[in-house]
Amino acid sequence: MNWLTSIVETALFILLAPLFAGWVKWVKCLLQNRRPPPLVQPYRDLAKLFRKRPMIADTASWIFEAAPFVVFVTAVFAAGIVPFAIAHLPTAKVADLIVLVGFFALGRFFLTLAGLDLGTAFGGMGSSREMMIASLAEPAMLMAVFTLAMSAATTNLSQAIDWVLQTGLVLRPSFVFALAGLMLVGIAETGRIPVDNPATHLELTMVHEAMVLEYSGRYLALIEWANQIKLMLYGVLIANIFLPWGIAESLTPRDLALGFASIIGKLAVLGIALPISETLFAKMRVFRYQEFLGFAYLLSLLGMLSHVILEVN
Amino acid sequence: MLVLATVALLGALLSAALPLVQIDAEQSRGLVVRFLAHWARRRPRDRTAQLDEQRFKSAVEYAAFGLLAGSGLASLVAGCVTLLAGQTRVDQLPLGLPWLAWHLRLDPLAGFFLGVIGLGVFAVALYGPGYVRSFRHSGHSFATLGFCTGVFVAGMELVVLADDAFLFMIAWELMSVASYALVAFQHEHAANRRASFLYLLMAVVGAIALILAYGIVAAFASAHSFTFDALRAAPLSPTWASIAFALALIGFGMKAGLVPLHAWLPEAHPVAPSHVSALMSGVMLKVAVYGFLRFVFDILGEIQWQWGATTLLLGTVSAVLGALYAFQQNNLKRLLAYSSIENIGIVFMGFGLSMIFFAKGHGELAAIGLIAALYHVLNHAMFKTLLFLQAGTILHQTHESSLERLGGLIKRLPRTSFIMLVGCIAISGLPPLNGFVSEWLTFQTALQASALDSGILRSFVPVAAALLAFTGAVTAAAFVKAYGIGFLGAPRSRHAAHAGEPLHRGMFAGPALLAALCVLLGVLPGQVIAALGPISRTLLGNDLASAYANGWLWLTPVSSRVASYSAPLVLLACALAAWVSFRLLRTPKLAPVRDRPRWDCGFGGLDARMQYTSTAFSQPLRRVFSPLYEIDERATREDRGHALLTPAALDFELRIGDRSWRHGYLPLAHGVEGAARQIGRIQTGNIRTYIAYSFFTLLALLAMVSA
Repeated sequence: MNWLTSIVETALFILLAPLFAGWVKWVKCLLQNRRPPPLVQPYRDLAKLFRKRPMIADTASWIFEAAPFVVFVTAVFAAGIVPFAIAHLPTAKVADLIVLVGFFALGRFFLTLAGLDLGTAFGGMGSSREMMIASLAEPAMLMAVFTLAMSAATTNLSQAIDWVLQTGLVLRPSFVFALAGLMLVGIAETGRIPVDNPATHLELTMVHEAMVLEYSGRYLALIEWANQIKLMLYGVLIANIFLPWGIAESLTPRDLALGFASIIGKLAVLGIALPISETLFAKMRVFRYQEFLGFAYLLSLLGMLSHVILEVN
Repeated sequence: MLVLATVALLGALLSAALPLVQIDAEQSRGLVVRFLAHWARRRPRDRTAQLDEQRFKSAVEYAAFGLLAGSGLASLVAGCVTLLAGQTRVDQLPLGLPWLAWHLRLDPLAGFFLGVIGLGVFAVALYGPGYVRSFRHSGHSFATLGFCTGVFVAGMELVVLADDAFLFMIAWELMSVASYALVAFQHEHAANRRASFLYLLMAVVGAIALILAYGIVAAFASAHSFTFDALRAAPLSPTWASIAFALALIGFGMKAGLVPLHAWLPEAHPVAPSHVSALMSGVMLKVAVYGFLRFVFDILGEIQWQWGATTLLLGTVSAVLGALYAFQQNNLKRLLAYSSIENIGIVFMGFGLSMIFFAKGHGELAAIGLIAALYHVLNHAMFKTLLFLQAGTILHQTHESSLERLGGLIKRLPRTSFIMLVGCIAISGLPPLNGFVSEWLTFQTALQASALDSGILRSFVPVAAALLAFTGAVTAAAFVKAYGIGFLGAPRSRHAAHAGEPLHRGMFAGPALLAALCVLLGVLPGQVIAALGPISRTLLGNDLASAYANGWLWLTPVSSRVASYSAPLVLLACALAAWVSFRLLRTPKLAPVRDRPRWDCGFGGLDARMQYTSTAFSQPLRRVFSPLYEIDERATREDRGHALLTPAALDFELRIGDRSWRHGYLPLAHGVEGAARQIGRIQTGNIRTYIAYSFFTLLALLAMVSA
C-alpha cells in the first residue's frame, strides 16, 4: 500500500513538473512586460516533441540514443525518493540524500558524454563547461546536505523532515546559511540565470543547450522533461527540508489535502522568487562561475561551522 | 589454506622461471638457465624451424601466464576461505637467517589482500598472452618480461604472507626491484629510463624508512626479535610510537603514492607494459596499503588521534590533487595513474577517519571507516585493473596513447568500449556501481563527526568530506573526458580510424570478468561488508553487523534511521523505469531518421580537427585552479602581412607540471647534491690526508676506549 502510494506520488510529481516550469515562465514574462504563454504550454511542447520523428546524426553512437533515457530515468528516480506531499514513504529508505546527488551525477555523466558523442564543437564546449559547474557545485551541495544531515543525525530525507517538524520552528543560523547555499547551487545545477540561460541559443553563452543541441523529437522531449523535473525537485527539496510544515504525516484525506495544498503553495512562492532573481540579475561570464559557486560553498561551509560551533550540545 | 597460499607462491615463481627457457642456450652464461634452455630445446627444431620458433614462443607465453593464472586463482581461493572462515594459520619455512626462520601467517587481513592480489593477477593472466604477443616483433624478450612479472607477483604474495619484519622486507624489496625492472622494460626510450630510476630511488628511500620503523619497534621488543608477534607485544612509549608511525607513513605512503610522496607514480606506472601497469596500479598499491594497515593497526596498536588526523589530511590532499591532475592529462595511462593517487587518497581518508574514531573510543564508527576503506581497496583493484587493461588494448590496437589522437573507438571497438564504459562509471563513483558504495560509506563515516568531542576535528572532518565530493565530481569530469574524447566523436588520427577489436579472446575475458565484479560489488554491498567483518573484528574489536542487519536488500551502516541504501532496489527501479519509458516510446512509425549530417552552422565541412580536444575540455578547471598547477603555456603566431584572419603559422604549446616538483623535489635534490659536494671536500686525493684521517680516528677511538 505504502509502495503504491509512493509510486502514485512520483507519477504525480512527474506530471506536475512541466506545470511548475510553465508557472516560472509565466511569472517571468509578466515581470518583463511580455505576454505570457498559457500555463500548459510546456505540456503542448512536450506533446509535440513526442509526436515528431527524431533525427540522429550519422556520427552518433548508441550513447547518444541511450543518454536521454538515462537522464530521464535518473530524474524520475530522484523524484521518487524525495518526499513531495507525504513525509513518510518507503522509497525514501531506498536511497538517501547522498544517493540523490549521485543520481544527478549519473544523469550528467551520460548527458556530457552525449555532448561529446557527435564530435561537434558545441557539444564539447557544453560538456566541458557543465563539468566545471558540476565540480564546483557538487561540494557546495553536499556541504549544505551535510549541515542538514549532521543536525538531524540522518541522511534519510523522511527522517530529516521528521526531525525538523519535531524540533519546531527554531531559527538555526546553520539552516539559514545552508538554505542560501542550496539555493545558489540549485540555480547553477538547473541552468538558470545568472549561470546559464535556458532561453538562449547564443553560442558563446550556452551550457546546457549546447550539449543537447543535436537532439530532436522524443529524445529532446525526454531531456526537457527531465530538466523540468530537476527544477521542481530543487524547489521541493528546499521547501520540504527547510519549511516542511503542512506536509502530510499520515494518509488521512485531510492530511493529504493539506499536504498537497501546502507544497503547491510553497512551490508557487518559489516559482515567483526564481523569476524575480532572474529578472534582477544578468547572466555572468563563464569565468565568474567559480566566484558564484565559491560563494555558495562558503555559505554552506559557514552553515556547517555554525552548526558545529553554536548548535552542538 | 596456508598450503594453498604457498602453492600460489610456487606457481608465481615457476611462471617466473619458465620464460627463461626462451634465452638462447648458446648465449646464456648462467648454469641453471643453460640447463633449462637445453632441456626445453630438445624437442622442437624438426620441421620448419621458423614456425616451430613461433609455436614454441607462444607455448612458453601461454604456459607462463597459465601458471600465473593458477597462482592468482590459488591466492584468491586461499584468501577468500581464510577471510570467510575468519581463521588464522601460522607456519615457518626453513629458510632465512640461522636464528630467524621465515614466519608465515594467513589471517583475515592477509586473506583479504591475498584475495585482491589473486583476482587482479588472475584477470591480468587471462589478458596477458594476447598482449605480450606484440612484443615479439619489437625485439623485446619475453624471458625478461615473464621472469620479472612472476617474481613481482611472488613478491606481492609473500609480503602479505610474511609474519616477521625480516621476511617482510625481503619480499617488499623483491616486489620493488622486480617492478623496477618491469618499468625499465622498454628502456630504449629515455623517458622510461628516467622514470624507472626515479622509481628505484624513491623505493629505496621508502624502504629505508620502513627498516627504521621496524627497527624502532624491534628495539623495544623482547629479545630483539623480529617476528610480528614480538613486535606486537613491544611496549612503546607514545613518542617512539609516533616516530615509528611517521616513518611507516613515509615508507608505505611512498609506495602507495600519497601526496607529496607520489612523484614517481605518474612517471612509472604509464611506461610499463600495460598489463604490468594494471598490476602495479591495481594490485601493488594495495600491498602498500596492506603494509600500512598491518603496521599501524596491528603492530603499533595503540592509535593516537593525531595519527588519524595526519592520515586524513594527507589522504584528502592526495585525493584532491590526484583528481585535479588526472583531469589535465592527455595521455590515457597517465590519467589513470594520477587517478590511482586520488583513489589511494580516498582509501587513506577512510583509514584516517577510522583512526580518529578509534582513538576517541568510538569502536563502531571506526569499523565503518575501516570497512569503507577496505571496500574501496577492493573496488579500486577491480576498476583500475580493468581500465589499465583496456588502455592497453587501445595502445595495442591503435599504437596511440594520447587522447588527442584517439576518438570514435566506440564504433571500431564496441566490446572494448562497453567494458571501458563500465569501468569509467564505476571509478567516477556513480550509483549503482561499486565505486559509489565505498564513497557513500566514507561519507557516512564522516557524517558521524558529531560524536567527536573536539570542535576542530568536528569541523575538519565534514570539510574533508566535502572535498571528497569535489574529488568525485572532478574524477567524473576526468573520465567523461577520457571516454568522451577517446571513444566518442570522430577519429582524430589514421590509426584510430582503422583500429579493430583485438583478436585474442583473453583480452576481453580478463576485463569482462572485472566489469562483472564491478557491477556485483555495487549491487550486493551487504554481503561484501559481512565478508569484511572478521578483519575489523580482529583489528578494532568491532564489526559492522548493523550494516546488513535489515536483510540483504538494505545497507544500513549505523542504523536504519540514520542512513539506508538499497542498491538492488535502486537497480531494479532504474531498470523498470528505463524499460517502461523505452517501450512506451518505441513507436515504429516514429523510428528515427539516422543518416543526417551534424549541425555545422551552415558552413559545412565539419572535420575531426574541429572537435573539442582533450586540452580544451579541461581548460575551464585549469583556469579556475591555476594556482595548483605548474602551467607553461605558449601561443605563437606568425602573421602574413595584413591578413589578420589567416595567419601564416599558429603554434600552441602547453605543459602542465606537478607543483611538487619545483617546490619539493628539485630543492631537495639540489640540497642533496650540495651536501654531497661539501662532504666531498674531505676527499683530497692525497694519501697523506687519508693517513692523517686514520691516525686521528684511531686516536679518538683509543680515547673513547680508555675513558
